This record gives sequence, structure tokens and C-alpha cells, in this order.
Amino acid sequence: MTEQTEKMTGARALIECLYREGVDTIFGYPGGQVLPIYDALYDSKIRHVLVRHEQSAAHAADGYARATGKVGVCLATSGPGATNLVTGIATAYMDSIPIVALTGQVPLSMIGNDAFQEANITGITLPITKHNYLLQDANDIPRIMKEAFHIASTGRPGPVLIDIPKDLTTELIDFYYPEKVKLRSYNPTYEGNIQQIKKAAEEISKSYKPVIYAGGGVISSNASEYLRALAEKVQVPVTTTLTAMGAFPVDHPLFIGMLGMHGTKYANYAIQESDLVIAVGARFDDRVTGKIKSFAANAKIIHIDVDPAEISKNVRVDIPIVGNAKKVLEDLLKYVEKAPTEEWLKRIAHWKKSYPLHYIDGSGSIKPQYIIEQIHDACKDAIIVTEVGQHQMWAAQYFKFSEPRTFISSGGLGTMGFGFPASLGVKMGKPDRVVFDISGDGSFQMSSQELATAVQENIPVIIAIFNNGYLGMVRQWQELFFDKRYSYTCIRDSVDFVKLAEAYGALGLRVKQPSEVRPAIEQAIASGRPTLIDFWIECEENVSPMVPAGAAINEILDLERKK
Amino acid sequence: MKHTLAVLVENRYGVLSRVAGLFARRGYNIDSLAVGVTEDPTISRMTIVVRGDDLVLEQVTKQLNKLIDVIRVTDLGSEDTVERELALIKVNADVNNRSEIMQIADIFRAKIIDVASKSMVIEVTGDENKIKAIEQLLKPFGIKEMVRTGKIALRRGSKSV
Ligand SMILES: Cc1cc2nc3c(=O)[nH]c(=O)nc-3n(C[C@H](O)[C@H](O)[C@H](O)COP(=O)(O)OP(=O)(O)OC[C@H]3O[C@@H](n4cnc5c(N)ncnc54)[C@H](O)[C@@H]3O)c2cc1C
Ligand SMILES: Cc1ncc(C[n+]2csc(CCOP(=O)(O)OP(=O)(O)O)c2C)c(N)n1
Ligand SMILES: [Mg+2]
Repeated sequence: MTEQTEKMTGARALIECLYREGVDTIFGYPGGQVLPIYDALYDSKIRHVLVRHEQSAAHAADGYARATGKVGVCLATSGPGATNLVTGIATAYMDSIPIVALTGQVPLSMIGNDAFQEANITGITLPITKHNYLLQDANDIPRIMKEAFHIASTGRPGPVLIDIPKDLTTELIDFYYPEKVKLRSYNPTYEGNIQQIKKAAEEISKSYKPVIYAGGGVISSNASEYLRALAEKVQVPVTTTLTAMGAFPVDHPLFIGMLGMHGTKYANYAIQESDLVIAVGARFDDRVTGKIKSFAANAKIIHIDVDPAEISKNVRVDIPIVGNAKKVLEDLLKYVEKAPTEEWLKRIAHWKKSYPLHYIDGSGSIKPQYIIEQIHDACKDAIIVTEVGQHQMWAAQYFKFSEPRTFISSGGLGTMGFGFPASLGVKMGKPDRVVFDISGDGSFQMSSQELATAVQENIPVIIAIFNNGYLGMVRQWQELFFDKRYSYTCIRDSVDFVKLAEAYGALGLRVKQPSEVRPAIEQAIASGRPTLIDFWIECEENVSPMVPAGAAINEILDLERKK
Repeated sequence: MKHTLAVLVENRYGVLSRVAGLFARRGYNIDSLAVGVTEDPTISRMTIVVRGDDLVLEQVTKQLNKLIDVIRVTDLGSEDTVERELALIKVNADVNNRSEIMQIADIFRAKIIDVASKSMVIEVTGDENKIKAIEQLLKPFGIKEMVRTGKIALRRGSKSV
């Protein structure tokens, strides 16, 4: 099939490339160097969501990608527009999320002259992108766009940035969109080595105390079904990382919750006592392993990951399998048999019963965990997006996720201010779902200006502020490790959040009593409008259980606060 | 432990900074780095001498391979290779010691490529030890300036990386 070439400007070519990649929505903010691109957008079919800060454009593209599995796209002007994207790009990079960031740049001939609004954004983002490009020739636009989407979404996904000098967007080119990418230096491995898979299957089938430790790679490769099939066939318990919540149904009998610093006791005990850890698309982060030397000290480790550099990066691995998680699990399923795990499952069931996740109900005060339970009760298939802090952990611990891509949270970078703009991206990608941004009074103030975006573009997400008057997670550490010296963590009476919501034209609700929690949630869902609920929660509630940083993950503190 | 890596990369704008940036960011130490275009003008070859144990080397190799512009990474440490480095040494020299210096150069099969009334420039090629040795011998005369290319290496025989 030969394709006719067509003459068009670089700017139109960029938009045409977006079409060809199936992009329906992008998030951006205009400026001088992207004027021609915005002009081309003006009468294009692509929906452009105008955010109020470029960082939000990157987070929204990220949320869109996490919710849909497609590549998210954001657009910013040169200089400050581009540098404002940085935190958003770094957030996506740390969690391996596919986004393409387009930035305007000063004209080619002016690069390097400290021209007005010039920033070396390819240099700045070198360590936080999977790859980046500075366009040098308008004729390269189709090829580079094609490569960017390919690189972002294949192998270990990640952000790709394309920096676009203004003069190239007004030049006329012969547009021809390549069907394939040719990159001799980039060939991710999909298929796992079959010998390794057989070896792993043998080890799994004869293990007495195995645990599956599933990570974000299960979500990004859409491998949940196979994960479940494997767990059920072998009869092995499953724990997931924060970023993999939803990869395995919480109410499944083989599920043992999240592991790590704020994981369940039984997940951490199980890992520590296991004889075989089957890590799938997880990267042995320090929030998970605690003291690395004592992590699963008596277990053999099977590690399935698409990125060879993750193998044996933090822990020694006995059976590495490099490949796509879905593909490898599918193959593994053919060779595994039921393992002799009856005793092990009994032991785990005993732990589950003895050390459940729990909190002590407040008399009069609103417990944050209760809000999460009520949200779940009111809307089981809501998509839960979070900011960063205590509220994030409570959401991960207490919402009963039943499917992948329904828990969306910044894990690796831990970016406060991520959740609200990300939730806008999520809602754009999944307009039929109810989307909650579980937020903190601190985090929300890092992106609150996006209320304007939500209202103007009519993106009805629900912001649930867990208002404790503190930068709670930091306060918790100060309480535990700094003798309750609450140095600069009290933010009580920052603002009247309800009035703030109303000032932007959103619906604002305030909840001070436990009995008002459920009605407010229902009202928000029914309203169909961007809604903010200001929940006044128990101020000094702690996230429990907790493994102190650097301790072994079975050295666990109980921190329920009585009232 | 020192390792010599042969890194084939796309001969493209910005690749050197990607590679150098990777080393800086992950805290790896580069002893030397030499780069130039290969027989294929679209490919450059970097010879990187890096210090670290096997685990570090494994991570360096894998992380380099992750860079989109890196085509192939080969550890030449375990291979039978020929290795060379070139150094230019400007040494204090006058009528009194000129011949002594020339003798030293001769022993090392080094070349005198510039002579002035108070200095000489010597070009020496060889492995690291040889360059170290001549440097030691010339030191007493006073080395005014010295520049080294960094090591380059090829496999012996007909196999290439
Ligand atoms: C306040 C706070 C507290 C936290 N506490 C915890 C905690 O208690 N427990 C916890 O688990 N986390 C916690 N985290 C999150 C933690 O920091 C890490 O982000 C998280 O543990 C990493 O999860 P992961 O290992 O699944 O890796 P991810 O970052 O999700 O990485 C995915 C992995 O999968 C691989 N991969 C990608 N695509 C594929 C594919 N197609 N096939 C195969 N592999 C693939 C990647 O190479 C990578 O190795 C916390 C974060 C914050 C902010
Ligand atoms: C951008 C950014 N700055 C600082 C931090 C460090 N930090 C982690 S949690 C936290 C407090 C969050 O407060 P809030 O949003 O109110 O949530 P809470 O813990 O009270 O639920 C801070 C300051 C961070 N993660 N991100
Ligand atoms: Mg707070």
C-alpha cells in the first residue's frame, strides 16, 4: 500500500500524527512558541483540555494513560511552559507511564543564544525521560512522532519528550506517515526464555510457601487475568505493591493485601517466611523491601520483568525471566501445577484473622478509613485517584479494588498535587466512570487552580479532601521519630475549601459528622458536577501498620489511635 | 576492578551527553572515554574504561543498553584484545638534557614531534602501563603539559564486537 504524500505545515503535521496515533484528547497550555500548533488545533477534531498550570497537563496526560492504557499527550510552550512540565514528567517516569510531551522551542537559529523563553528542556529532562528529541528538520516530524509513541508505549513504558523549534512548525513539508518504526538500537524482549520459564514452573509447582509479589508491570501489560489464573491454579497467595492495587481482586481468598511499609501484616509476614517469591513486574523498591538484607531471606526469587536492568538491581535473583509479564504468565501457566500449599494457606488465613487491617472507631470524630469504606459502599466501581500522604495509604488499604486501572497514584516520585489533575485525565479517558480524587488538605493546595479546568471543561470529578489540618504523613513521622516536634507541618485553617470550590463554580460540601459522610458522597455522585467534599477528619490519626524506614518488613508498628 | 567497554552508538547529536549523563546520575566512575566515528559513518564507537565490581559492571551495561541511541555494549575485559592509548607530553628540555630525553623516547618507541629551545613534545602510544612508565621517567625533567586520548581497544582476530 503506498500512501499519497500531502503538503502541510509542520504544525498541521504534528496534529495529523496525533490523529494517526489514535489520540482523542490532549492537555496543554499555550504560549508564543506554540502559537502555530495551537492554530492548527483550533479546527482539529482533537479535544484540547486547557489546564491552569503545565504541571497539571503532564499529570492529566499521565492519569489518562493509567486509566486507559493508551499514551497520554501534553503540550506546553518553550521556557517556563516546558520547565513546568518537569515534575509531571518525572512522576510518569518513576512509575513507568507512557506519555508524550510536546514542547515549543525558540527557532532553530536562536537555540543556544539564551533567547527569550529558551530553556534546554531536552537537557533538563534527560534523566527523567525514556527518550527525548530536539527536532532539527520539519521533515522528521512524522518519523519522530511515530518513534515517540512507539518508544513510550512498548517495552518498559515511559515518557518521551519532543522539543519543537517554532520555525519548523510553519515550514511546509510533504507529509507521509510511516507504517513502521525502524530502530536498530531498540528491541524490547517480549517472550520469556522458555528454559527459564520451565525452570520457574518446576520451582513453583514444588514450593510449600510461595508468594506472588505483583507490581505495576502487571497493570501496564494487562496481565491481571493471567495473574489470577496462575494464582488459582497453583494455589498461591498474592500480594501487590501500591502501584499494582487492582491487579488482583481485593476480596479474592488468595489476596493478602499490599506489602511493604504500610502493607498488611500478613503480606509482610508471608513474604518473610516464604520459600519462594514470584515477583511479576515489580522492582523491589525500598518501600517494599525494608531492610534489604532481611527481605525474604529464606526464599528463592523468580523475577519476571520486561526491563533487564531491574533484574538483580536490588536483590539477588535466582530465576530471572526477561519479558512481557502477560506473555510470560501465559507461558508459565502451561507448565505449572498445583503446589503443596495447604498448610501455608492455613497459616496465612490464621494471620489474616489475627492481624486484620483495622482502625478504632471514633466516637464523634470522622475516621478517614470509614470514609474510604463508605465511598466503596456507595460506588464499588469508582476509579480512585490519590494525592500523596496518609489519605493515599488509607485509600490503598481500605478500598476493595476489583479491577486493574482503578487505583491511580504517584508511587515512585510521590508527587503531592498529582491526584487532582490526574483525575481530570482519568475522567476524560473514562467518562462513564465515577472518579474520586482522594486528597489531603496539603496536597490539594498544590493543584487547586485546576478547579477552573474542571468547571470550564465540565469534567465532573469528585475531590474528597481528608482535611486533618496537617501535612499528616510528615506529622506522623515527626510524632514517631522526632518527639512530636511538629515543625512546620500544621496547616490548619488554610482556606475555606467549600468557598474555594464555589468561587470556581464547583459544588462544595462540608462534612463534620460521621453521619453526614454517606449522604455527602451520594450527593456528590448524583450532582454530575465537579464537586469538592471537605471532610473534617480525626486530626492526628496515623497510618497503621507501619514498618519504620530501614527496618525489616516484619518489624511492624501498630499505630491505631484510640478515641 | 577496571573494565573496558566498547559501546556502539548512533552517530547523532546529543548521544555523548546521554552516555555521560547516565554515568554521572548513577554514580559510576569513568576512568577514560574515547569516542569517534566507525567504518560505518552512522555509528560512533565509545571506548569507556569504568571502575567497579561485577555488579556495577552489570548495571552499567544494562543501563547503557536501555539508552535508545545505544546499539550494542560489549565488555572487552574478558576478551583477548589489543589496546592502545596515545599521549602527548610536553617536557622541559634544553641543550644539556635533550639527548637524554631523546634516548628515553627511543626506548619507548616514542616520537619527538616538536622541539623548541626550552621544550620538546613527545608522542607515545601504548597501553596504560607504558604511558605511566614514560611519564615517570620524564617527570624529573619537568612535564609542562600532558594530554591523553583515553584507551581504545579492539578484539584480536577477525571477530568484531
Ligand atoms: C507515602 C508513600 C508510601 C508508600 N508505601 C508503599 C508501601 O507500603 N508498599 C508499596 O508497595 N509501595 C509503597 N509506595 C510506593 C513505592 O514507592 C513504589 O512506587 C512502589 O512500591 C513500586 O511498585 P512496583 O514495584 O510495582 O513498581 P512500578 O514502579 O509500578 O514498576 C513497574 C515494574 O514493572 C516493570 N514492567 C513494566 N511494564 C512491564 C511489562 N509489560 N511486563 C513486565 N514488566 C513490566 C517495570 O520494568 C518495573 O520494574 C509508597 C509511596 C508513597 C508515596
Ligand atoms: C511535592 C511534594 N512535596 C513534599 C512532599 C513530602 N510530603 C509527603 S506526604 C506530605 C504531606 C501531605 O499532606 P496532605 O496532602 O495534607 O496529606 P495527609 O498526609 O495529611 O493525608 C508531604 C509534605 C511530597 N511528597 N511531594
Ligand atoms: Mg493533611
